[in-house]
Amino acid sequence: MIELKKVFKQYHEGRINEVRALVNINLTLKKDCITVFKGPSGSGKTTLLTLIGGLSKPSSGRILLDGEIISNLPEKFLAALRREHFGFVFQRFNLIRGISVLENVMLPAYPMAPAHAPLRQKAKDLLERLHIPEKADMPVDVLSGGEAQRVAIARALINDPDTIIADEPTANLDSRLAVQFLQIIEQLRKDGKTIIMTSHDPRIWQARIVDRVIDMEDGHIVEENEKVANP
Amino acid sequence: MIFHTPILAMILASVITSIIVLWSAFFALKVVRHWDITSGHARQLTLEKRTYLVTTALKFVLALELFSLILFVTNADQMAPMFTGAMCAVGVLNVNEYGMPALLLKLAVFFGASVWLILNHADEQGRDYPLAKHKYALLTILAPLVLITSLIQFLYFYNLHADVITSCCSRLFVPEGKGLQASLSAMDPMSALYMLFISFGLLVLLAFWLRGSKRNNRFGRALFGPVAIGFFTVAIIAITSVISSYIYEQPHHHCPFDILKWQYGYIGFALYIPLFTGTAFGLAAGLMSLFPTPSSLLEAYPRMIARNITISAVLMTIFMAFILLAIGRSHLILFG
Amino acid sequence: MTEPNNSYQAGLLSRLGAAKQLYLIDFTLGAMKRRTGRNVMLFSVYLAIIFILGSVMLFSHAIRREAAILLENSPELLVQKLRMGRHELIEGTRLEVLRKIRGVRQAQGRLWGYFYDQANGANYTLMVPREQSKTTAVKPGETIIGEGVARTKGIKQGGYLFLLSETGKLMKLKVKQVFSNQSALTNTDLILLSEPDYRRFFVLPPDLYTDLSLTIRNKREIDKIVEKAAKLMPQARFITRRDILRTYESIFSWREGLLLALLGGSLIAFTILSFDKASGMSAEERREIGVLKAVGWETSDVIAMKFWEGALVSIGAFVFGVALAYAHVFFFSAGLLEPVLKGWAVIYPSFTLTPSLGGIQLATLAFFTIIPYTAATIIPIWRAATTDPDEVMR
Repeated sequence: MIELKKVFKQYHEGRINEVRALVNINLTLKKDCITVFKGPSGSGKTTLLTLIGGLSKPSSGRILLDGEIISNLPEKFLAALRREHFGFVFQRFNLIRGISVLENVMLPAYPMAPAHAPLRQKAKDLLERLHIPEKADMPVDVLSGGEAQRVAIARALINDPDTIIADEPTANLDSRLAVQFLQIIEQLRKDGKTIIMTSHDPRIWQARIVDRVIDMEDGHIVEENEKVANP
Repeated sequence: MIFHTPILAMILASVITSIIVLWSAFFALKVVRHWDITSGHARQLTLEKRTYLVTTALKFVLALELFSLILFVTNADQMAPMFTGAMCAVGVLNVNEYGMPALLLKLAVFFGASVWLILNHADEQGRDYPLAKHKYALLTILAPLVLITSLIQFLYFYNLHADVITSCCSRLFVPEGKGLQASLSAMDPMSALYMLFISFGLLVLLAFWLRGSKRNNRFGRALFGPVAIGFFTVAIIAITSVISSYIYEQPHHHCPFDILKWQYGYIGFALYIPLFTGTAFGLAAGLMSLFPTPSSLLEAYPRMIARNITISAVLMTIFMAFILLAIGRSHLILFG
Repeated sequence: MTEPNNSYQAGLLSRLGAAKQLYLIDFTLGAMKRRTGRNVMLFSVYLAIIFILGSVMLFSHAIRREAAILLENSPELLVQKLRMGRHELIEGTRLEVLRKIRGVRQAQGRLWGYFYDQANGANYTLMVPREQSKTTAVKPGETIIGEGVARTKGIKQGGYLFLLSETGKLMKLKVKQVFSNQSALTNTDLILLSEPDYRRFFVLPPDLYTDLSLTIRNKREIDKIVEKAAKLMPQARFITRRDILRTYESIFSWREGLLLALLGGSLIAFTILSFDKASGMSAEERREIGVLKAVGWETSDVIAMKFWEGALVSIGAFVFGVALAYAHVFFFSAGLLEPVLKGWAVIYPSFTLTPSLGGIQLATLAFFTIIPYTAATIIPIWRAATTDPDEVMR
């Protein structure tokens, strides 16, 4: 369970170009839920995502993970936390060119794994599960949009995190692929994962599998819609 | 003399080291004043980022100082033909009054940097940088030491002139002579050996006792630091007054540097490396015991200290093993 | 959450440490292949610097070693007569006096001198070889010459050497042998002739010598013997072999150091280049690091990766640079450096040095090159490694 208490985030503090990205956020995100943040650009939803996932620290306030404060951990422990608990799927996928698909999937665990053989196998299994096993040794340049996204998801899953964080996951996909994406997400939720997303796309926040939709504007939470538990 | 190539290299290295450590010390002052782990303020975040730079830079400095120390002694040895009266490094170091102090200061810097890195490693295990202020306070002490060392080293090199007649081990390490080196050799070999074995025994006993004792035996642990230094001193005395003679198989040859040469199987390295690193770990353990156990490392901190003590004891044992080897395979008979 | 609970885990972690470095190196190699352009440029400059510095140092070291080896066979002590502070010819009667000093094994008179050849502006060294040497024995009318002499005079073995003495008479000597290239360092300008010929050429009375050479039994007694001899011959100058060796060492060392100090400028330029190259991270690279950190790489992992990159470039440049310098000095006689290090001379020996590689030379070379490079890259590496991972979300 992730809690945010009185969280503020400012950039360029004390300067002329000071930006207040988040203002007084108080939030609790439960496990095994699919939560979507929506709002216009500049509403702070991406910033919120980075704070939840431990990619940056709040200017003030606290963030807790399962009751433990994580907002002021040294970078080393934060990185360990990210590895253990979070898997990221970026808007632009951010796959690394020059290495193969399989190596991209292995990336988050690369420096930590005691032996690469089991890791390699695990990566292959993930690609299999996402129906793209044949792409394992190919360079990432030849992948289509949908394939690239699956690789990104596989990468996010390599460390068995309990939470998946996805930023505008369907921004670069057509309707068919968007539907496929939602199917994957549904399966992940059934596997016990917590999903947190940001999206402009109504196909996402109107989907029936989504448990909670949070509206943001100018760094504030303006509206929340929690659906009744889905069958 | 200043244009001798290895000398230029060492001066360059010491300039780089001085700049790095000086910068780090200024950073350390900032940390001591502004550090606040609970704050999410931009300044704190910048400080946290900068700690990576300091750590990396100091690791580099330690490696540099270590190589510089070895080069310093090896180069002094190689330059011996250039000075009348010098047969080895000792002679070259005695050409002017800065040579030996430069060596001793370089040793101190080596110990200071190693202890800092061991302390830093302990700090990194805690989730809230528990030892940050202690660490950086230590750095503010280390910085002037490094600067003084660079200065003395430079003065030594600057005042190296080939026309000065110097003395070497046969004249310096002679019991009848004057000065520190002479008094080191004047120690009766038997007494030196006794002292060596007794102090080793004390060190090992203390290590065992501390292993078994209660977690919060802070005094006992803090004692290990001075004990390690004491053993180091006794070891150096023993090497100079008796062990070196065994290695050279000559009762009047006492030079502590010649044992690093290839003719003697580089046994000097086998002795000095465990001795120096063992002392560093012992010092670190002692220092760490002086600080109160941080709340974020209640379990781990005493364990880390205990581990450092164990490592120190093991290294000293390795050292003693090589001592016995040196005595055992020597053809020299000093006693009866 | 993750703390080593017992010593087993601690041991595992340390093993992981080594394995981790290997994986990081593996990843680094891959990353470098993606950015060959930048690395190649830096590598070339690095290589060039190491090549130049390495050549200077290897050459100097080799020459000093040669000098030391050659001097092994020279007499331990030379006695020269001084008059008004200048070197003068010495009487053979002194030999008896010196032979009587305890510890002196042998005392001999030496005959050697310089001769300026007006025909081609060259200076030769004329010398009478030691009695004991069989390989350099010359009979009256014969000579053994160095290859520099042979070259400039255009004569070969079996030919004739003509020298014009100060009396105006021409001396004709048959060339019995020309010294080979191997020893050209010391005898390229040497002309060996017999004692009668020598005395005739320079119009020297029978009992005068250039200087006296003494062979000493026990090296440790040289200083004592010099003391005693100085009392017997107060106007003489005594030169020990150590003195000569020291002089050689000093001169070459000084020259080498001076040259390197002058090269300091190029070293500074190299350091600035390293800093610049390390700082110039492309947007792509920055993004890559952001991704790595976002997926869970620690800052220290990224720093380690970047350091390995630098290390691989350094080691590669060092090994190849030293190899090239080695080849340059020992197989090509350091053609590029000769003028500075050997000093000006009309007669130029062409020779090959005995290959040798000193540990201190390598260490010093590493200090001059790898250390400044590494130091210059610390800050850029750190800056890259502390890229905020949240940047990658934008």
